[in-house]
Amino acid sequence: MTIDLILFLILSLVAIAAALGMISSRNAVYSALFLVLNFVTVAVFYLMLGAPFIAMSQITVYAGAIMVLFLFVIMLLGAENIASVNALPWQRPLAITLAVILIVESTYLVFVRSASSAIITAPEAALNDMESLQNMALALFEKFLLPFEVTSVLLLVAMVGAIVIAKQEKAGQK
Amino acid sequence: MIPVDYYIILSAVLFTIGALGVLIRRNPLIIFMSIELMLNAGNLAFVAFGRSYEIAGGEPFYTGQIFVFFVIAVAAAEVAVGLALIVEIFKTKKNINIDEMNSLKG
Repeated sequence: MTIDLILFLILSLVAIAAALGMISSRNAVYSALFLVLNFVTVAVFYLMLGAPFIAMSQITVYAGAIMVLFLFVIMLLGAENIASVNALPWQRPLAITLAVILIVESTYLVFVRSASSAIITAPEAALNDMESLQNMALALFEKFLLPFEVTSVLLLVAMVGAIVIAKQEKAGQK
Repeated sequence: MIPVDYYIILSAVLFTIGALGVLIRRNPLIIFMSIELMLNAGNLAFVAFGRSYEIAGGEPFYTGQIFVFFVIAVAAAEVAVGLALIVEIFKTKKNINIDEMNSLKG
């Protein structure tokens, strides 16, 4: 039982508890805050896996920007509580059964099919210096330049789409 | 000293919780959050596999991490459009219960 295994187990308990709290809490604001906790634990996992840049972008983009946008919309719409009408009473037990089947299948596959039992060690100090970030930037702008440009087009399309959807009603009223 | 399997199993558990949230919740905002949770689970598996490849002696191309970078960008775009749609549906129907969104016509 090394120290990073203990850290991993505690953090994964926190991550799973936060995810369960997210889907089970009645108030949508609490759900959003549980999800922020989950994102932060996943960012710590990225640090343990030697990916400091991804960990920081996870915190700034996911826990910062995206979740603030969520909280903003929840409070704007007043959608903290939606009374459940329970139109389909069999839906919840069926969903839980399907989830149990999915988790059993995936863990079974991981145990049966993983031929190489690779061991993740703690990241070397060299992974956290500037050179590693430079290498990642070189890979991003040389090997993955085309996907990077396509991403910029995607973000532009999403921005235009959001503006068009949000503006539509005002154009109809004129 | 953590086997890579542990990360993959954690990722599978988080993905399953996200899928369960999509199936049992009626609030579209929480369904969106569950989708974000599933994307995160996938990202965790990407980074864990990339790291294990690096440890196994492969050249670090940072491919797993760069894929995660793209997934984060796609998630941001998806959230912007999805939340705009939810706000627009709320403006026309005054209600965002997912059970009542069974018609495309306003």
